[in-house]
Amino acid sequence: MRNRGRRGQNGSNSETNGVVIHTEDLRKYYILGAETVRAVRGVDLEVKRGEFVAIMGPSGSGKSTFMNLIGCLDTPTRGDYWLNGRKVSELSDDQLARVRNRDIGFVFQTFNLLPRATALHNVELPLIYAGVSSRERRKRAEEKLTLVGLADRMDHRPPELSGGQRQRVAIARALVNDPALLLADEPTGNLDSRTTMEIVEMLATLNQAGQTIVLVTHESDIAAWASRQIHLNDGLVERDFENEGKVN
Amino acid sequence: MFILREIVMVAMASIRANALRSGLTTLGIVIGTAAVITMVALGEGAQRQVQEQIENMGTNILTVRPGQGFFRGVASGSRRLEEDDALALRDQIGHVYEIAPEIESRYQVTYARSNSSNSIVGTWPSFFSLYNHELEHGRFFDEGEVQGRRRVAVLGSNVPDDLETPGGLLVGRTIQIRGIPFEVIGVLREKGGAMWMQPDDQIFIPLSTAMYRVMGGRDRLRSIYVAAPSPDELDPAWAEIDRVIRREHRILPTEEADFSIQQSSDILETFNETTQTFSLLLAGIAGVSLLVGGIGIMNIMLVSVTERTREIGVRKALGATRKTILFQFLVEALVLCVLGGILGVAGGFGAAELITRLYGSSTAVAAEAVAVALGFSAAIGLFFGIWPARRASILDPIDALRYE
Ligand SMILES: Nc1ncnc2c1ncn2[C@@H]1O[C@H](COP(=O)(O)OP(=O)(O)OP(=O)(O)O)[C@@H](O)[C@H]1O
Ligand SMILES: [Mg+2]
Repeated sequence: MRNRGRRGQNGSNSETNGVVIHTEDLRKYYILGAETVRAVRGVDLEVKRGEFVAIMGPSGSGKSTFMNLIGCLDTPTRGDYWLNGRKVSELSDDQLARVRNRDIGFVFQTFNLLPRATALHNVELPLIYAGVSSRERRKRAEEKLTLVGLADRMDHRPPELSGGQRQRVAIARALVNDPALLLADEPTGNLDSRTTMEIVEMLATLNQAGQTIVLVTHESDIAAWASRQIHLNDGLVERDFENEGKVN
Repeated sequence: MFILREIVMVAMASIRANALRSGLTTLGIVIGTAAVITMVALGEGAQRQVQEQIENMGTNILTVRPGQGFFRGVASGSRRLEEDDALALRDQIGHVYEIAPEIESRYQVTYARSNSSNSIVGTWPSFFSLYNHELEHGRFFDEGEVQGRRRVAVLGSNVPDDLETPGGLLVGRTIQIRGIPFEVIGVLREKGGAMWMQPDDQIFIPLSTAMYRVMGGRDRLRSIYVAAPSPDELDPAWAEIDRVIRREHRILPTEEADFSIQQSSDILETFNETTQTFSLLLAGIAGVSLLVGGIGIMNIMLVSVTERTREIGVRKALGATRKTILFQFLVEALVLCVLGGILGVAGGFGAAELITRLYGSSTAVAAEAVAVALGFSAAIGLFFGIWPARRASILDPIDALRYE
């Protein structure tokens, strides 16, 4: 069981040819009374293993909606989505929970940590739902917290941590099941510029180690760290290009 | 399951984090359970007391009483029990069973300057062995004294106190019953009483003396006691008594009898019947308070689900399934109710103890009652917890995460 979680990072099934995300005509409409908001209006996209994708675009262009769709937090109105070659758009509720648990790590702008739990316990949560024994859980959670530089803050609760530290806990939590895909929706939106740089550098390091990352950001100097940039506008892909002037 | 531990721990943490609120919410369950336990304790205690009294008075004894002989709504036949009936019983079945008739009335009793009002029982000497009475002082009266209508009296163990004289000093002395002088020949050892008879407070005199010298020729017996050799032989004894007295009263086996034969367990049955109505009423009250408690639990669980919508979203985003979330909140409701149940049981025990101390009524709590009370409060937790828990479990992860 445990090995399944690691599969994503070490290479997906042979038939997917290293394609982690594949969407076809992905759409999300919100119906508000008589009005229909077309947040995502048909996105065809392919993200390969090891890519570091930055999604940019004006506010309201559908970035978060798209991220929630590929993070399996939300279900599309239309279109299909394959994650590691598996058609996610037709999975049941429990199967989706499993995908969120094993294959995806999600980092939110607002951290979304449990305020009453320690950093360690927060990081252990996905492992609990994966059914990992407590000793193994602790070992792996400590490992990831050390990786994000919080070895000395494990027993602190989120209110006792700075914004940057909280986001690092969230990153450790997202990584703890060794997901195939790390998603981050404006992870630095609530942080100052110095902390922002720390987080971005951490993501870049993870990517260099092979982690596939999709990141939403408003700032072009953050997007500059990515290997590929996708610009959304009004729910559609406007531009999609390899990042020539990539930092590093 | 490693998840189970997390679920229980989260439930406990949530209850602890809202200790006051949780405490107030469980109060309904606490009170309901305490009411159930107290009620059961009182009922059980009273029943046990009756049981003990019956055992103390002898479980092998049948009581024949006059009455209950009605024919087409009109009293028929002699409807009375006389010494002849007792004599017939003694003649015909006396070799197997012990027979003792009883006539009873309350009279003024005086000795020196003391006087009291006591129940005076006229009977045969067999009465003492039938009820296993023992002597503290003196002797019982005998057959000859019955034949001779002698004025001799055997006192129950409390009577010397009524007459303000030690029992040992009373033997050989003369007391006045209804102004008639009687010689005290014995004092009984303490027997203990029952609701329906208090031999310790009674004075026993020969049947003939009672009928002809004290009660002015009254010949209607209150009852005839028949003791079977063992409690297992009550059924044949019943049949024999029925046969003998029917013949005496000239009542055909097909007709309704003008007497009744009771055994001591009938008393328990009558007692149970009367207490049952009372118990049902109390059970109703306890049930309603548990119901109200359950609604309180449901209410607080709904609040908890709403408050923790974001947490539910986070957990779902990290891989919690619907079932996990459902269990999460169900366990929380369950823990609240079971905690309430435990406190309630403790409270019930306390109340029962207090009642025993204050009113002296004996109480007893059966282990099954505790189990039932706890089981019931757990069931309430499940019943009233399931709906809030379901609401939490079907939340959409993204909606829950967006919740402000
Ligand atoms: N739950 C919802 N109900 C209705 N409309 C929604 C909902 N969520 C998003 N929208 C609409 O969909 C559109 C896209 O929203 P989205 O949050 O994806 O934008 P975004 O690109 O992430 O913006 P920002 O940069 O401000 O975060 C917006 O017009 C928004 O109003
Ligand atoms: Mg957004």
